[in-house]
Amino acid sequence: MTRFTTTQLTTAQPTTAQPTTAPPTTMPFTRTVHTEWVKFRSLRSTWYTLAGLALAGLGITALALGSVGAEYADMTAAERMDWDPTNQSLTTYLVAQLIIGVLGILVITSEYATGLIQTSLAATPRRHRLLAAKAVLVTAVAAVAGQALMFASFFLGQAMLGAQGVPNASIGDPGVLSAVVGGGVYLAAISLLALALGVILRATAGALATLVAIIFLIPGFAGLFPGWLGWLLDFWPTLGAAEVLTTVPNPEYPAPWLNLAGMCLGVAATLTVAFVLFRRRDV
Amino acid sequence: MNLLSSGPVRTHRIDVRGLTKKYGPDTVVDDLSFTVEPGHVTGFLGPNGAGKSTTMKMILGLATPTQGSATIGGLDYHDLPVPLVHVGALLDAGAVHGSRTAHDHLLALAVSNGLPAARVGAVLERTGLTSVAGKHAGQFSLGMRQRLGIAAALLGDPGVLIFDEPVNGLDPEGIRWIRGFMRSLAHEGRAVLVSSHLMSEMAQTADHLVVIGRGRLIADTSMNDFMAANSEGTVLVRCSEPEVLARLLTAAGATVRDGLESSLVVAGLTGAEIGRLAAYNDIVLSELAPQQASLEDAFMELTKDSLEYLGATS
Repeated sequence: MTRFTTTQLTTAQPTTAQPTTAPPTTMPFTRTVHTEWVKFRSLRSTWYTLAGLALAGLGITALALGSVGAEYADMTAAERMDWDPTNQSLTTYLVAQLIIGVLGILVITSEYATGLIQTSLAATPRRHRLLAAKAVLVTAVAAVAGQALMFASFFLGQAMLGAQGVPNASIGDPGVLSAVVGGGVYLAAISLLALALGVILRATAGALATLVAIIFLIPGFAGLFPGWLGWLLDFWPTLGAAEVLTTVPNPEYPAPWLNLAGMCLGVAATLTVAFVLFRRRDV
Repeated sequence: MNLLSSGPVRTHRIDVRGLTKKYGPDTVVDDLSFTVEPGHVTGFLGPNGAGKSTTMKMILGLATPTQGSATIGGLDYHDLPVPLVHVGALLDAGAVHGSRTAHDHLLALAVSNGLPAARVGAVLERTGLTSVAGKHAGQFSLGMRQRLGIAAALLGDPGVLIFDEPVNGLDPEGIRWIRGFMRSLAHEGRAVLVSSHLMSEMAQTADHLVVIGRGRLIADTSMNDFMAANSEGTVLVRCSEPEVLARLLTAAGATVRDGLESSLVVAGLTGAEIGRLAAYNDIVLSELAPQQASLEDAFMELTKDSLEYLGATS
């Protein structure tokens, strides 16, 4: 039978309860990030989703460019002027953003669905810290996976174009590296947007539906927007903000990185709302 | 045998003062004050919907009080630098990700509070889960999930433990295990707060009772006092001529009603007095047994005014 010392902590003497072998009295932020990483890597679905991202991402590139040689042969000279082999090999971002978005959403909504969020917040009562750790993790994973996919898709695409005798790009050509890296940055920003939606809506289905509306539905019906809202579309995902993935200058978007920066501002605003709500709401 | 003595336990009390929680027009917890002392199991009793879970959530900083405070050793939960070494809680046994293993679930929690990974093995052992540590929590029975939740609560070797309805849905073996476990945790000097809507459950576990109904404090008493106050009781009598005895007893000032199988339930006279009366009148008694009012009855009596929904009885 081991007896341990019990130290009484009362309101009268709140500082006397520091035993000699006290555990750390402050928690570095890295520890919270590490926790999120342990949670993230210990789910098999994480790895299935990432494998799905690679498979679907590269599969779409392969399918899209499979018969591009014949298409190119039928093009007029004017159309060939706008031929953008880099962008051709990166269109897979369309689907990749959805898969990466699902990852970002699940990081928070799976905790709401199971009730685990209570345990997480009891262990880390400083809520902004917990959400910040999730944001860091999601961004890091999405940035690495997104960049890897963009580079792999670029090289696969260019190899396929080359094999079909169609003009293709190399990574050193002007604007190419910027487009490929821009694709990865774009995907990381979408993952943060997805996380914010997950926090705000607290349910996988709702967050996913909203994300699909943002990245697919609204761009699909962009033509219906009244003119005074047109500026918004310049910074919208899949629309203006996706211009960074091109290398052929588009007179409509003279500075594509500016459009992406605009989208990131929008993501930051959404994330701010998420932080405020996460802090205020009871769980 | 204390497998948890690797770290010092910081024993605190839970102080709930004037705690109030309103959701819109509904007052779920209403000016509640009580204390949970170290070394005791404090039973937190109330009918379903009385505000027990909400109170626990406020103690854990998961819900913000509208008024009042709940503190752990004088500190707000949010101000505990390393919360898991002070407070361990099991609110909902289902609150684990089904495709995470028991070990990984606990590891993530340990990492979050800077606890050594060895603690994971220690609490798995104490809750008897070592052999299933690598199994996905989704494959666990409810009883095993309760154990996993308790393991999580014990990770930081905390001085305060909070369990919300820990025996709900458990089989008799599991219930017995948890009862014994609560007792041993209190015996180790920890403050243990256990909620239940079943009085009979508390009778065998708690030293102290906090009874609430509709968010208000109904009773805050030691178990012994509660028993004493509610056991002043009746005497069950069986005899050859119940009608005759009933008349005699009533004449002697007792209140008599019919019990099961032609027995009499007598209030107002002690067993000895009844026996003497029967002997004097040559009535043969076959049974004479003082009855304790069941705690369940006492609890029902206490909370009947505060029940949210009453079933219709005919």
